[in-house]
Amino acid sequence: MNIIVCVKQIPDPETPASSFRVDEAAKKVVPAQGIPPVVNPYDPQATEAALRLKEAAGGGKVTVISLGPESARDAIKHALAMGADEGILLNDPGFEGIDNFQTAVALAKAIEKVGQYDLILMGRAAADWDMGVVPMGVATLLGIPCVSIAKAIERVDGKVRVTRVLDDGFQTVEAPLPAVVSVSNEFGEPRYPQLRQIMLAAKKTVQVWNAADLGLSADQLGEANRWLKLEALYVPKVESKVEIIEADSPEEKARILAQKLRADKLI
Amino acid sequence: MPGVLVIAEVADGKVLPVAFELLGAARALSAEGAGPVSALVPGQAHAQELIARGADVVYVAPESLAGQMYDAWLPAVDAALQQSGADIVLLGQTASLGRDLGPALAFAHRTAIAPEVTALKLENGRLRVTRPCYGGNARAEHTFAGQLQIASAKPKTFDALEPDASRTGEVKTIDAVGQSRITVLSVEKVESEGVRLEDADVVVAGGRGLGDPSAFAMLEELAKLLRGAVGASRAACDLGWYPPSSQVGLTGKTVSPTLYIAVAISGASQHMAGMSGSKNIVAINKDPEANMVKAAKYAVIDDYRKVLPAFIEEVRKLKAQG
Ligand SMILES: Cc1cc2nc3c(=O)[nH]c(=O)nc-3n(C[C@H](O)[C@H](O)[C@H](O)COP(=O)(O)OP(=O)(O)OC[C@H]3O[C@@H](n4cnc5c(N)ncnc54)[C@H](O)[C@@H]3O)c2cc1C
Ligand SMILES: Nc1ncnc2c1ncn2[C@@H]1O[C@H](COP(=O)(O)O)[C@@H](O)[C@H]1O
Repeated sequence: MNIIVCVKQIPDPETPASSFRVDEAAKKVVPAQGIPPVVNPYDPQATEAALRLKEAAGGGKVTVISLGPESARDAIKHALAMGADEGILLNDPGFEGIDNFQTAVALAKAIEKVGQYDLILMGRAAADWDMGVVPMGVATLLGIPCVSIAKAIERVDGKVRVTRVLDDGFQTVEAPLPAVVSVSNEFGEPRYPQLRQIMLAAKKTVQVWNAADLGLSADQLGEANRWLKLEALYVPKVESKVEIIEADSPEEKARILAQKLRADKLI
Repeated sequence: MPGVLVIAEVADGKVLPVAFELLGAARALSAEGAGPVSALVPGQAHAQELIARGADVVYVAPESLAGQMYDAWLPAVDAALQQSGADIVLLGQTASLGRDLGPALAFAHRTAIAPEVTALKLENGRLRVTRPCYGGNARAEHTFAGQLQIASAKPKTFDALEPDASRTGEVKTIDAVGQSRITVLSVEKVESEGVRLEDADVVVAGGRGLGDPSAFAMLEELAKLLRGAVGASRAACDLGWYPPSSQVGLTGKTVSPTLYIAVAISGASQHMAGMSGSKNIVAINKDPEANMVKAAKYAVIDDYRKVLPAFIEEVRKLKAQG
């Protein structure tokens, strides 16, 4: 079973609000000092799903693709260390500041170039822009179905069977292959690469494709051709007005809290 | 003629309330000059209700479309777009439909969708949206390059209008229905007892700091006493302590109750993204520096194991006094 996994490198989403800064004029997030970028947290889960499916099928290949700067190689290496077979970095000066709509266009081109695939796995959303549009975008551009927010994925009779997380429960669906499936956190913890695998991964080669390799002109990906225009980016202001309840014992604090809420007619 | 098209999802024979909320938002856009408001719904039975909630025109698709996956909807949406001439589409960000249909429609039309917007306005006749990003740490404002402008919103983002039975509108039939490539094999509902989380006036929510799942029984006791609902942080859900349908936050539910009691929740931006609209926040946390404490109206800095039983007892006493 040949599976393609798409992984994105993003600023650490656990960056505390106190370290999070935006350059409003440039409409860009300022990288937080001392907090290196990470793999989008859902993407190792997508990689985990790919590895389990390959193991269950008893063979096949897992190819990892990332579009991003040179540093995105780390995101690919992480997937290779988990056990993926090959990596492709989509890197081009023209990709700087690319939006996730154009990203879907570039990824779809790359996937067509890879050619052989039964399944494409992605994360449910990238925790930078929090959009969750690339999986459906790639599926639409490739003309194949997309199943989102997977909790469990199985291959059954040449189809993919997915348990999806709904707002008030779960749903099990089946789609013909090839298909795109986006993986949610409910899927469970991804495996942690062992030292030996990290060393092995260092030896695996990562191919680099640029815009021309994908048949895209830098112009097609430039700011003028972005589908969603970013007009402003800022950090909302919040001021603290908290009243800390002081008393000698936790029980006493609890009683005072209840009485205050009563006085405010909140309970 | 431009206009706004609202996609109305139907489940268990009822229009999902988020469609009414979007009609409220669409009417506000219409008042700014966005043109008439139309709605697409599967099933004739819902047409009048959508008109009462603000639609000028209702496109009725076959009832069989209800509950189908996104790709079955695309031809009906295209037909409604063609007939109405709408250049704005609003959808509910539901896992069952909108989350997929929004981007599918966008890519089919080679235009963008702004998912999970929190504000909409018209500027020079074009849509401008605000949405949280970077886990709720930032806000972005966007406009669209393409003619067709698509936005989705989570339930409870906008206010529905009170139904007005005297409103009139047109009802038109659409028979275009696609065939989904995806087959639904089964659906499992997680039933919550009592008040629904997203409708609750009081939410008692627990996080990883509870230390063990049995503590949720205490939260349930308090919620019952306050006629509220229980919510949870993603960390608590990921640990399997509470079902994901009770998760509050960026990837969970949006709630804006009158009172939100956060027990042992640190207040990560992704959690705040789902509850910062609460009118009054109470934090029970060991850590005075926790983000939730800063966001709260009242905070008790102590071990919840000691605070909560005494709090429940005092609430019960106050309730007994009437
Ligand atoms: C893409 C993405 C999406 C996410 N979406 C969501 C989402 O939708 N919802 C969500 O909630 N999170 C979400 N998260 C996770 C989020 O970043 C945090 O990791 C999570 O909210 C932390 O949960 P918590 O506050 O329960 O746990 P912690 O951060 O571990 O906090 C536990 C708190 O309990 C307190 N505590 C410990 N013991 C006690 C005690 N005995 N008494 C009182 N207080 C105590 C501690 O002081 C601490 O403040 C998302 C993360 C990512 C990357
Ligand atoms: N630059 C990228 N490179 C590789 N995969 C990506 C990229 N951007 C998005 N993806 C994939 O698409 C998923 C959803 O991203 P998004 O639609 O941007 O929220 C991610 O979890 C990745 O699997």
